[in-house]
Amino acid sequence: MTAAVRTAAEAVRVVKDGDTVLVGGFGMAGMPVELIDALIEHGAGDLTIVSNNAGNGDTGLAALLAAGRVRKVVCSFPRQSDSWVFDGLYRAGKIELEVVPQGNLAERMRAAGAGIGAFYSPTAVGTPLAEGKETRVIGGREYLLEYPIRGDVALIRAHLADRMGNLVYRKTARNFGPVMATAAAVTVVQVSRVVETGDLDPEAVVTPAIYVDRIVEVPS
Amino acid sequence: MSLSREEMARIVARDIPPGAYVNLGIGQPTMVADYLSPEQNVVLHTENGMLNMGPPATGDDVDPDLTNAGKQPVTELAGASYFHHADSFAMMRGGHLDVCIMGAFQVSAGGDLANWSTGAPDAIPAVGGAMDLAIGAKQVFVMMTLFAKDGKPKLVPECTYPLTGRACVSRVYTDVATFRLGPGGVRVLDTYGMDFDELSDRLDMPLSRA
Repeated sequence: MTAAVRTAAEAVRVVKDGDTVLVGGFGMAGMPVELIDALIEHGAGDLTIVSNNAGNGDTGLAALLAAGRVRKVVCSFPRQSDSWVFDGLYRAGKIELEVVPQGNLAERMRAAGAGIGAFYSPTAVGTPLAEGKETRVIGGREYLLEYPIRGDVALIRAHLADRMGNLVYRKTARNFGPVMATAAAVTVVQVSRVVETGDLDPEAVVTPAIYVDRIVEVPS
Repeated sequence: MSLSREEMARIVARDIPPGAYVNLGIGQPTMVADYLSPEQNVVLHTENGMLNMGPPATGDDVDPDLTNAGKQPVTELAGASYFHHADSFAMMRGGHLDVCIMGAFQVSAGGDLANWSTGAPDAIPAVGGAMDLAIGAKQVFVMMTLFAKDGKPKLVPECTYPLTGRACVSRVYTDVATFRLGPGGVRVLDTYGMDFDELSDRLDMPLSRA
């Protein structure tokens, strides 16, 4: 099986109106900027975006928000010094926000990718973010029931891909990429370079090709 | 004399056990790294997926793919490792991280932590990794000024701000005193420019001497 190497425009055509899109990156590290630019061009709207942040500056995720394509953001940390696009939309009541503790955000996507129905997490017990959640005491400690977050599409960035779709990341740009790759029906990855199958050391592969559907090469 | 931010960071650094795996929160806690001695062999964890993080990067060492939790460029030390977000937070939740140092709006006598929201109606909520760290690290140290700008204590009988985590803080390092929280109540370990009686007078809780 070979993952298809396409242009960014072709690769993001899979995104439909109303989709949930998992977007990799922690700030700009690991953010698939060219895929997001292509998604803006593609025009799909009414999207739910799951990402750690809600856009920085005026590019990438912030540009998608500014284009009015996003109905809801699920993230851990929307408010930053350069999140003026999100801040403006939120204050104007033009965007929904679900704040999720960062570890629960990652684990909920991991659960989706691993076929787990739900799990108990100790994070956020006793806080306002526990409101409405089922609780259970296990071994004398209180936990909250957390459900998986599945994506229709994941847009992530890695460093190298081989033609099968095996991925290697670079430093802290790895962040949410490997987890999101497992949690979406279709995973689109932007990489700096595509190498021949066999050129990646199998011991160094972080995301196995089974999770990757479409590859876009964007030399950096 | 009350302590400067630098002096507080030096004292926190001194109290980190040798060989500990430590997460430093964004802002003031980041300064603790400047006072860790190489002999302490402390390994810094950053939530965005790295162990053995090095000092801030400058000049040619700046790499947009290598940042800390505050999204500032950093460096890697020998023995560093990278991992994805689910692993990074499993390290916290799973009890593998020895110490986490965070700032706070309020800490209660029972160790409740409030550091993510003041509950202001117009504020945009943002929690990041604070709730996972608060309940995950084996020990949570808080660094803060003891009194807010309006003079109200930030070490309180019960937090009035929304909680980050319950009964999770074990030490509170402030500009005028260091406190240990635990089953024995609130103990004053050290004072700086304010004596025990004055502290007892200004804080609305029973204090004991270490």
